[in-house]
Amino acid sequence: MTEVSMTVNGKPVKADVPDNTLLVQFIRENLRLTGTHVGCDTSQCGACVVHLNGKAVKSCATLAVAANGADVTTIEGLANGEMHPMQTAFKENHGLQCGFCTPGMIMTATDMVARYDANGKELTEAAIREELEGNICRCTGYHNIVKAIADGASKMASS
Amino acid sequence: MSEGIGARVLRKEDKRFLIGKGRYTDDIIEQNQAYAAFVRSPHAHAIVKSIDASAAEAMDGVVAVLNGAGLTGDGIGNIICGWGVTSKDGSPMNMGAWSALATDKVRYVGDAVAIVIADSIDQARLAAEAVEVDYEALPVVVQSDAALEDGAPQIHENAPNNLIFDWEIGEEDATDTALAGAAYTTEMDIVNNRLSPNAMEPRAAIATFNEADDHYTLYTTSQNPHVARLVLSAFYNVAPEHKLRVIAPDVGGGFGSKIYIYPEEIACLWASMKTNRSVKWTSDRTEAFLTDAHGRDHITHAKIGFDKDHKIVGLKVDTKANLGAYMSLFSSATPTYLYATLLSGQYNIANIHCNVKAVYTNTVPVDAYRGAGRPEASYVMERMMETAAREMGVSPTELRRKNFVQEFPHQTPVIMAYDSGDFAANQDQAMKAADYADFEARRTEAASRGKLRGIGFSNYIEACGIAPSAAVGSLGAGVGLWESAEVRVNPVGTIEVLTGSHSHGQGHETTFAQIVAERFGLPTENIQIVHGDTDKVQFGMGTYGSRSGAVGMSAIVKAMDKVEAKVKKIGAHVLEASEDDIIIEDGAVKVKGTDKQMLWHEVGLAAYTAHNIPEGMEPGLKETSFYDPSNFTFPAGCYICEVEVDPETGTTEIVQFVASDDFGTIINPMIVEGQVHGGIAQGIGQALLEGVVYDDSGQLLSASYMDYTMPRADDLPSYSVHHQSTECPGNPLGMKGCGEAGAIGSPPAVINAITDAIGNNDLSMPATPAKVWAAIQAASAKQAAE
Amino acid sequence: MYETKYHKASSVSEAVSLMGAADDGKLLSGGQTLLPTMKAHLAAPSDLVDVSGIAEMNGISVNDDIVTIGAATTHAEVAGNAALQKACAGVADLAANIGDPAVRHLGTIGGSIANNDPAADYPAALLALGATIKTNAREITADDFFVGLFETALNDDEVIVSISFEAPAKACYAKFPNPASRYALAGVFAALTTAGARVAVAGAGDDGVYRHADMEAALDGNWSADAILGVSVGADGMLSDMHGDAAYRANLVKVMAGRAVAGC
Repeated sequence: MTEVSMTVNGKPVKADVPDNTLLVQFIRENLRLTGTHVGCDTSQCGACVVHLNGKAVKSCATLAVAANGADVTTIEGLANGEMHPMQTAFKENHGLQCGFCTPGMIMTATDMVARYDANGKELTEAAIREELEGNICRCTGYHNIVKAIADGASKMASS
Repeated sequence: MSEGIGARVLRKEDKRFLIGKGRYTDDIIEQNQAYAAFVRSPHAHAIVKSIDASAAEAMDGVVAVLNGAGLTGDGIGNIICGWGVTSKDGSPMNMGAWSALATDKVRYVGDAVAIVIADSIDQARLAAEAVEVDYEALPVVVQSDAALEDGAPQIHENAPNNLIFDWEIGEEDATDTALAGAAYTTEMDIVNNRLSPNAMEPRAAIATFNEADDHYTLYTTSQNPHVARLVLSAFYNVAPEHKLRVIAPDVGGGFGSKIYIYPEEIACLWASMKTNRSVKWTSDRTEAFLTDAHGRDHITHAKIGFDKDHKIVGLKVDTKANLGAYMSLFSSATPTYLYATLLSGQYNIANIHCNVKAVYTNTVPVDAYRGAGRPEASYVMERMMETAAREMGVSPTELRRKNFVQEFPHQTPVIMAYDSGDFAANQDQAMKAADYADFEARRTEAASRGKLRGIGFSNYIEACGIAPSAAVGSLGAGVGLWESAEVRVNPVGTIEVLTGSHSHGQGHETTFAQIVAERFGLPTENIQIVHGDTDKVQFGMGTYGSRSGAVGMSAIVKAMDKVEAKVKKIGAHVLEASEDDIIIEDGAVKVKGTDKQMLWHEVGLAAYTAHNIPEGMEPGLKETSFYDPSNFTFPAGCYICEVEVDPETGTTEIVQFVASDDFGTIINPMIVEGQVHGGIAQGIGQALLEGVVYDDSGQLLSASYMDYTMPRADDLPSYSVHHQSTECPGNPLGMKGCGEAGAIGSPPAVINAITDAIGNNDLSMPATPAKVWAAIQAASAKQAAE
Repeated sequence: MYETKYHKASSVSEAVSLMGAADDGKLLSGGQTLLPTMKAHLAAPSDLVDVSGIAEMNGISVNDDIVTIGAATTHAEVAGNAALQKACAGVADLAANIGDPAVRHLGTIGGSIANNDPAADYPAALLALGATIKTNAREITADDFFVGLFETALNDDEVIVSISFEAPAKACYAKFPNPASRYALAGVFAALTTAGARVAVAGAGDDGVYRHADMEAALDGNWSADAILGVSVGADGMLSDMHGDAAYRANLVKVMAGRAVAGC
């Protein structure tokens, strides 16, 4: 067991966990933040994406102990009183159906928009589709997710 | 803005998913919860000689290791197929025994032999590895055609040659005669590839036995919790229905795979009683590949004949359907009544005969997967039509048009009676949207860039809204396929609708609320849809087969009819008017032609206070309906796929995908379009990317996303989705259903497009780059030889 | 995942001593391959030594045409490095197409080459660039480093510190991804270096990453896609699996080589 402490959604948290605890287990089971999901074993589906020190990572392929001292944001921490513009965009564009991949999609989307913004690159439809390589959705056929991310990007720019 | 029928109302259910507050089964933690891991067979076929759990039992945190002998010893029954299919010789199907935990023999890789219960999931998994099972490996067969051969490994004793049934539909002699007299015939061997459904939420279960009340609660990832409870009670003897509550909370996609009752739920319920702990099991993805029911897996030979005017005279189809190692809940119906009954397609065909042999193999059980039988039928028919057109040198669109059914009702020779449709209108709409007229110019332009451009059509029809109970009963169904609804108007006028349908992505909480809003003139925010809990909803058959609109919502309409009748009586009484003059609009009960009215909540309050209601009327305002449909519904449409193939690598890019669907009445176009998008993605997935692969020893090679190709955003285009509807005459809302169309209509369009592009019709699904490249090489070699 | 003991190393020497003290230690950098492997119970190291925070193993420098990349530098950092883009865009572009964005935020160049997955991308780049792999103990040329499938010249407890190579005149990578895993079904890195044309192939060979001598000969003095057309690539020695047989991979090697050369 190792004591880990980190900041999750702006709040300091601390727990003793076995060294083999994945960050996603820590988030779901220790912190009971169950918006972060597990959809595969090979870190391909992206249902578990969170932000670790401001960057999208797969929390199923990260150890909790390795995130000691880190700043973590999960889907539960994205809204700030009201929904984040990307969350609003997913709703308005019907970018979700069963909702299981949605938290990972949104965490990936906000990271994507921030990176493109920082690099001054245009987030085209083709770019969004390519950037979603690590996020699998079985319901939407991606059509409305792609629309939602484009819309979310412009909402983020104007907010 | 109106929130009624036809409005693009944003989804009421979205918020909880968007902010991470969805409540899926694995999110729930029960007090005193333990974790289950299964000991699974590494062999595809073996005798279980012994199980030694002593080392596992001694490990840290292990609560119990339980096996099949204990399970059957406690009277837990075998898993059954709920639809009896009779062979053409009149004999019943040969259903082999399937115990939730194998006792004497394992029949596929992943077959469970024991369940380990421990304090943590890691402890349970480590202990499961420590259970020593002594297997005696047996010969293996994984393909349906090989399994039927003499001398093939025998999987169940009561199914000689692994034949489950040998079923037929239609007139064989008449069909043979028609084909013999045909001016043109086309024959094809067609394989419908095996798929893994892959709902993103893996299956999960939490079973809790309450010793004090002899009562069980099961949280599970189910599309139909009431059916689960019924089967768990009536056939598996877990507990009588009143002692078993089944809850399907938020469910992360189903696509058919969460219809069935699997060994894991049964074992967890039983283990909960044995250990007096809540027992939680959550599948990982590899376990999902190994145990979730697969879809499709047909090997078919088909022959179609035309007269000299290119009118179809007959169709003969022989199919071998691989059902895997055991018969799953609806496995027998999928390749028979949901498949062969749709082989008439959109066409007038006087003579059809289809023979289906269902076969055991050493693979995961196969059952209904999005479309269920109808994608297989549509693939056979639409590949045949496209191929026949090419062979006869006629336009594929004109050949179809010439043969369209144009008068309704239309009785096909294979049971179905089509009630409505305008197939030419859908084809026209799709061709216009695809700018078909300009296609050859696009093909030429692509060629200048070194790309092979092709276009392919698919005119599908499906039978949804399953189904008239008496009709399916006569065909072997073990249940009725009606739906129930309860409409509860609260004293403050808000409404709860309890439905036996189950939403796992389909947006019922919004769409169902819209029809209530429309009827009573209320905002959808005042309407709550309740589903997924056997303690709350009295009964229901669940969601599959695109039935929740046509059947589930019809039940709500029927219950609303009763509410309306009572409301009108109360209104007439309070407002001192004739019932015939009472109208309900804009959230009020009004007397026609006057300004007299009661607001909706005043009616609710009147009903519950019962201070002033008609004499003899019961207080309260709650009505129930059980709606049994009178016929299937028949969504249909025309899909056009346009591709560009890179001849150097065989890569296919879908440059355009157009859908024109006839779904009858559409309640929420936004949600319907979303269903079509998702269905098309799964259809394109089947056609281009997805395929379950077993090796000859029965090992599953495609057991993770490293090897099973899930459609990703950059594999797919944006879709051009259109509607051209005729109202369904068979149900009160005129709805046909939209959940499966995309998956049914799209695969033949994709393959027709690629084969058009590369000039080689010999191409099977999934049309991976490697296969397409090989087909291009074969075509070039053939051309060089000629 | 089996039990394991996690250690965070703050220097290369500490990492080396932690590894020396462990029964069956494994270096953990981004963990993007190792952790999924451990989850699948296919690896069970007694100890994990995390090197991701070691300063001397992080960062990219370009001095006098010599590019040095710290072993713990992530794919995202490699992809986004302006100096590297200028000195050798082929490597930056390769990194930009490894895995997905979340994987690139954690996965590292050192982890990739130490694992030497035959379908990984970096080994082809290093081999084609004639790179040098610097460890705590020595310097190893890429030609000596990559030994076979998942095999390298690294000794137990040896820690890769950095990778360096001379900026090439031209360099480009063309990858045809496995449709499912998106690893290379065939990837070709072509480079024009001071030592001549060098071509390395990932994903296709049944003994892992390898150099393609015939293509190198064809490209020497004639750096063009046309030069590749004349090279025959046979199916012998190619991997064959459910995603593509040997003949298909042989075709892809040639097509990707042509595209790599044409791309720079």
